[in-house]
Amino acid sequence: MKPVLRSVVLLLVLAVRAPVHAADPSGAEIVKRSLDAFYYAGSDMRARVTMKLINPQGQVRSRDMTMLRLNTGTSGDQRYYIYFHAPADVKGTAFLVWKYPAKEDDRWIYVPALKLVKRIAADDKRSSFVGSDFTYEDVSGRDLEDETHTLLRSEDLAGRPVYVVESKPKAAEYARRISWIDRERWLPLKEEYQDARGATMRVFTADKVEQADKHWTVTARTMKNLQSGHRTEVVFQEIAYDMGLRPDVFTERYLRDAPAQWVR
Amino acid sequence: MASAQADSPSLDGFVQSHVAVRTQRGACTPAVECDTPWAELRGQLKAEGRNASGSAAFLGRFDLLHDAVLNDTRIETRELYGDLVSDKASLRAGRQVITWGVGDLLFINDTFPKDWVAIFTGRPMQYLKLGSDALKLNAYPGPLTLELVAADFRPDRLPDVRRFIFSDPLPAGLPRRTGSPGHGTGELELSLKASGYLGNWELAGYASRSHYRSPAWRVAGGELVGRFPRLRTWGASLTGPVGQGVLSLEGGYYDSRDDRAGSDPAVDNSQLRALAGYTRQLWEDGTLGLQLYGERMRDYDAYRASLPAGFPAKDRLRTVATLRFTQLFAHQTVTFSLFGFFGLSERDRYLIPSLRYAVDDHLWAEVGINYFAGNRNGMFGALRDNRNLYLTVRYAF
Repeated sequence: MKPVLRSVVLLLVLAVRAPVHAADPSGAEIVKRSLDAFYYAGSDMRARVTMKLINPQGQVRSRDMTMLRLNTGTSGDQRYYIYFHAPADVKGTAFLVWKYPAKEDDRWIYVPALKLVKRIAADDKRSSFVGSDFTYEDVSGRDLEDETHTLLRSEDLAGRPVYVVESKPKAAEYARRISWIDRERWLPLKEEYQDARGATMRVFTADKVEQADKHWTVTARTMKNLQSGHRTEVVFQEIAYDMGLRPDVFTERYLRDAPAQWVR
Repeated sequence: MASAQADSPSLDGFVQSHVAVRTQRGACTPAVECDTPWAELRGQLKAEGRNASGSAAFLGRFDLLHDAVLNDTRIETRELYGDLVSDKASLRAGRQVITWGVGDLLFINDTFPKDWVAIFTGRPMQYLKLGSDALKLNAYPGPLTLELVAADFRPDRLPDVRRFIFSDPLPAGLPRRTGSPGHGTGELELSLKASGYLGNWELAGYASRSHYRSPAWRVAGGELVGRFPRLRTWGASLTGPVGQGVLSLEGGYYDSRDDRAGSDPAVDNSQLRALAGYTRQLWEDGTLGLQLYGERMRDYDAYRASLPAGFPAKDRLRTVATLRFTQLFAHQTVTFSLFGFFGLSERDRYLIPSLRYAVDDHLWAEVGINYFAGNRNGMFGALRDNRNLYLTVRYAF
C-alpha cells in the first residue's frame, strides 16, 4: 500500500472507532470476564467436539472427542476429561487435566492398547494439542496474570460491539496478542497472536456463537497459522452445562473406564 | 444430556505388515532364520460394546496373523473380556492386558506376561504386553483403588533359536520340554495393587504370588526340562511432579521361592530391584526421559559357589540407565524417537531409533533399528548378532 493511501485508510479507520472512555473497564477486567465466559461458563460442561486439522494442501485429519469440564472451588481450579472416539487408531485414548491457575497443571494420558495410565510432562504454553494449531493452553485457558492487558479501543466486528485489548505475555511463544472481545457476551470473537516484529503468527476466529443452556458459547472456531498455512477448525455439539458432574469422574478410574453416562 | 440408549457394538481394526531384516549375517547358522527374523502380515479386528448404563461391557481383539518366516497362519486372541461395573467396584473376566508400575520399559512390580520377541524385532509397543487369562476385581473404598488379579500362568515370549542367534550355555543335542504351572490352588497367580493420591502424588503398593516367566532348565532323564520357578514380589511406587517434569520411583523385592538359599544355579537368586526416572519437555514437541535402574542379588556368595564351571558370572549389582527422547514434527505427523538401554555394570547397549510418519488418519509407516552392542555376556550384548532394521506399515479402519 502506498504511504498516502495507507494514511487515508488509517484516518478512516480511526474515524469510525470510538475512543477509550474513562467509564470503560480496564483491559484486565475485560480479559478476566472474557476468560470467565470462554473457559469457565457454568459449573460444568460437556460437549462433543470435532476437530479438523487442515494442511496447506487441503488434506484433512479429523479428531472426534467428548470433552468434560468441571470448575472446582473458586480459585480457578478446573478439571478436564477428553476422550477420543476417532480416528480408529487412537480410539479410547483419554486425557485428564487438573488445571491450576498458579502452577503447572497435572496431566495424564490413558493408552488403551497397553491399559496404561501415564503422567505426562508437558509445557502447556508450547505444546500443540494433538497436532492441531491450538496449544493445550488455548484449549484449557491461560491465566489472567500471565499477560498484561491494555484496552486499545471499542469498535464493531461483524455487527457485534467489541473491546479490542492488547495482551503482552511475560513468557510465551508470541510477543503480543490482540483480542476482539464481545462487549455484551464477553466471548473472544477474534484473536491475533503476533511475534516481536509485529507479524501475525496465528489468528483465532469465533465462527459461530450460540446460546446453550443460557450460556453464550463459541460453537465453531478456527485457529489458523499464517506462517505455515495450516489451520484447525473445531465444532462443539451436544453442549450441556450445569449437569452436576461429580469430581470423581476426573480421576484415574474413569480415565481407564470412560464414564458411560457422559461419554457416548 | 445423557440419553438412555445403549452404544451399538463398534468394530474397528487394522491391517499391518511388519518386516525385520538382520543387518549382519556373519554369525548365521543353517538352523536360524538369517535374513528376516520376523516377517508378518497381520489383520486385527476389535469389537467392543456396552449397555446403556455402562454397567456391563465387553471387548474382543483378535489378530489373524501370517508368519512368513515360519510359514504359519494363526489366530491370536489378544484380548477377550467382559466387564461388570458398579459405583464401588468393577470386575473384568477374561484375557486382558494389565500394566502396573511407573517404569518405562523397565518392570519391577509388573510381573504380567510380556513378549520380548516383539520389542527385539521392532513390532509396535502394544505387542510388548501379552494378555493374562484372569479375573480382575477393582474396588474403590474411599480415596483408595484396590486391584486384585487372579490369573492363569502364561510365560513370556522369549527369543528362540529359530529367529535369534545367541550363545546357549545349555547342553546341545538334548530334547527340550517345558512344563507350565497347572491350575492347582498353589499355582494360581495372585497380584494385588493398592493405590491412592496424596495431593497430586500417586502412591502404590504391590504384592504378587506368581512365577518367573522364563524357564529354569535342568537335565532329567536324558532331556532338558524347563520349569517356571515360583516367585513372590512386593514393592511400592511413587510418581508426581517435580519442577517442570515428572519424577517416578519404584522398588520391589523378588523372593525366589524355589531357591531361597540362592544355591540353585538353575533358578534366579532373590533380588532387590529399584528404579528412578525423570521426564520433562525440553522444547516444543520434544521430550526427554531418563531412568536409572538397579537389581541386587541377595545371596551372591551362594550364587558364585554354585555356578557351574564355564558359565559367566553375573555381577551382584546389575545397573542399567535408559534414555528416551521423542521429537514430533509437522503437526505431530512425524515422530522421531530414540530409546536407549545402557548396561552400566554389564557394559552393553541396546538402542532403538525410529521414525514414524502418519500419512493420514488411517495409514502410518515406521522404520527403525534394534541395535544391540557391547559385552556379549551382558543381557543386551548377548543379542548383538541380532541387530535388525524394521519397517511397519499399518492401515487402520
